[in-house]
Amino acid sequence: MTAVTAAKVSDLKLNSGRIFKFGSRPGLLVRTSGGTWKAFLAACPHLNCTVQYRSETQQIWCACHNGTFDLNGQVISGPPPKPLEEFEVNVRGDEVIVSRSRRA
Amino acid sequence: METSGGLRRWFEERFDFAPLREFLEHKVVPVHSATPLYYLGGITLFLFFIQVCTGLLLLLYYRPTPDEAFESVKYIMTRVPFGWLIRSIHSWSANLMVFTAFLHMFSTYFLRAYRKPRELTWMTGVVLLGLLLCFGFSGYLLPWNTLAFFATKVGTEVAGSMPGIGHYLLLVLRGGEEVTGATLTRFFAFHVAILPAGLMLFLGLHLLLIQQFGMSMPLKVERELEQRGEKPRVLRFFPNFFLRELMAWYAGLAVLGVLAALYPWDLGTRADPFASAPAGIRPEWYFLAEFQTLKMIPGSVLGLNGELLGVFAFSAAGLFWFVVPLLDRPSRESRYSIVFPAIGVFAVAYLVSFSILGYVK
Repeated sequence: MTAVTAAKVSDLKLNSGRIFKFGSRPGLLVRTSGGTWKAFLAACPHLNCTVQYRSETQQIWCACHNGTFDLNGQVISGPPPKPLEEFEVNVRGDEVIVSRSRRA
Repeated sequence: METSGGLRRWFEERFDFAPLREFLEHKVVPVHSATPLYYLGGITLFLFFIQVCTGLLLLLYYRPTPDEAFESVKYIMTRVPFGWLIRSIHSWSANLMVFTAFLHMFSTYFLRAYRKPRELTWMTGVVLLGLLLCFGFSGYLLPWNTLAFFATKVGTEVAGSMPGIGHYLLLVLRGGEEVTGATLTRFFAFHVAILPAGLMLFLGLHLLLIQQFGMSMPLKVERELEQRGEKPRVLRFFPNFFLRELMAWYAGLAVLGVLAALYPWDLGTRADPFASAPAGIRPEWYFLAEFQTLKMIPGSVLGLNGELLGVFAFSAAGLFWFVVPLLDRPSRESRYSIVFPAIGVFAVAYLVSFSILGYVK
């Protein structure tokens, strides 16, 4: 799996997130309050639970063991041993395309 | 009368009941202040029988595929006559069974009933508890609901983080890299075929060893009797102790009936592999202490992976518990030692406090 259409621009309001299918694995697409698009592999690096975006804290959170990440995928608190794997996001027209980051 | 006498004769001519009768006539149970603790193993066995009976009934309707599992359990709970009650009894009884098994284990531990010659009885018992926990873990996934899905994901991931065999173990448990329909089918096979086969084997061994060595007496009582040169007071197993045990089972059944009828087991929401783990997610209460520990260990401890460290600590504790009769030399020589009771108190304190923490946090 290299790239998928994760959502339409109109699907996500500012400061919200949603899970999308990246092949057989879940991805997390976030539209920040500033309007920037971010996407990550939604599997928590601790024990592989599916993370979620919390609009009230503007952070990514894993409910299983209370791990939190910032919007660059870096660990803020909790047991995750490493950051979330980040994807590359491109907007083409109304479509939000997510692909494996060239940096990864 | 004539017919029943004839029937008995017919059987006795074809099967020799004399050794069994002889055994039951001579089997006795020691009487002392801790005698009621002897009921705990029997109650656990009784609850296991209930699990077998209700499990067989659930099998008539349950379907182990991701498309049908949740719906089939919902059907059992809403359309099958008394289906809700059978499922509720199965779930409650599973939890009570694990609870009584823990009580049985700790009472055995604190009375140091594992001392010579009952080391193997203890070891088969520890294996049985492990199998019961595996039953609980595999059965938890079968309704294919959200909580169970993530609990399985985390649980199998923990197993997968074991050094060396971890990844292979994860593949065996999941039937692939992820928790999918293959995992559900596999867990169903574990739950209704593989684990029952293992359990019957170890239960048979455990019961056989208990029959061979009889009930252990607390070290303190044994020494007091020795000093006074007295023989222990005993109760005939059949029918005296057996009837008392039946009353304990009857009380257990009453508790189970009340819980199952008044607090029917919830089904939750259908598992969605592409949904985030919901807030408030936690495993069954008997895995809460481990769950809370994994939550509290930082990602890295002194340069070592925190999760790996946790798994290593659990494995080491399990191994220690298994071989404790071989390590506790003082009680093997009928001497007192503060070390092993202190370890037991620490284990209970850790399990209780971390379980409470895991529940409220």
